[in-house]
Amino acid sequence: MNSSTFTLYGETFDSRFLLGTALYPSPQIMRDAIAASACKIVTLGLRRQNPNERDGAAIWDYIKDTGCHLLPNTAGCKSAKEAITLAEMSREIFDTAWIKLEVIGDDYNLQPDPYGLVDAAAVLIEEGFKVLPYTTDDLIVAKKLLDVGCEVLMPWGAPIGTGQGLMNKYNLRTLRERLPNTPLIIDAGLGKPSQATEAMEMGFDGILLNTAVAKAQNPALMAQAFAGAIDAGRQAFEAGLMVTRDTASASTPTIGQPFWHQHK
Amino acid sequence: MSDAITVSLNGNSEAIESGQSLQHALQQWDLADKKVATAINGDFVPRSRYANTRLNNGDQIDVVAPVGGG
Repeated sequence: MNSSTFTLYGETFDSRFLLGTALYPSPQIMRDAIAASACKIVTLGLRRQNPNERDGAAIWDYIKDTGCHLLPNTAGCKSAKEAITLAEMSREIFDTAWIKLEVIGDDYNLQPDPYGLVDAAAVLIEEGFKVLPYTTDDLIVAKKLLDVGCEVLMPWGAPIGTGQGLMNKYNLRTLRERLPNTPLIIDAGLGKPSQATEAMEMGFDGILLNTAVAKAQNPALMAQAFAGAIDAGRQAFEAGLMVTRDTASASTPTIGQPFWHQHK
Repeated sequence: MSDAITVSLNGNSEAIESGQSLQHALQQWDLADKKVATAINGDFVPRSRYANTRLNNGDQIDVVAPVGGG
């Protein structure tokens, strides 16, 4: 059962799971994982084309056939200028104004460069793009991105491909509490379905991941596991979690307890 | 034959005729009909401008195609 729908840039989706299309053992396994995830949005990229290599065309055919909404990325770009150019190329080739905007500031942990990210987002939104920025969990950067017109934010859970889960829960909680009306999608760093559930229980609107599924021994089964975890977390958030407490509180009624006070 | 110029195609040197259009060069490289997008010297060139874009010596041409991505 899918949890409630969510809306990004005016388009409504019945899955809160966004899945990447890289790193799978084969295109067929990727397609099986996408089907098992029941996701409606997939990410993909652009790279230099070697005329003698046909792999790119094959991958595109597989991705296109899924019928999923396309979210091209600007992965690997290290400046606003590079990201803007790649976004423009993506818009032409995929015929979509949606862009997962990445401007990377550090090679070691692939941390977003917040300055380049905000600069690129401002230009692209001016050009009519629907920008979904891959950002850190910093509230001020998030506000700057909203100021230039982003309607969706995608803070990292942890650095791309690390599987570390939610590294900085204080910052993530702060983002959620301070930006209650902005769709927030946790993008990158999740390794286990339980981490996705945790993020959804915190009130995040969706999960974008790739490596945890693609590098599983059985990617399709892991995609299904994440889908269930994301739904469970969302349902829990909508149901309203109980307030935690420090002392025990009996759940079975104490009134009518047999043998009451019979011990001397 | 016209003078030859050298351009960079995805980081590799390519010799082409001087004054050639991007459209003609992409045809020569068997890329014109592929699902690709192009930039010259870091600036996007829309497909509608391929025929009118003349290549210059030293131009750096990037031709990209879809790949899996996260």
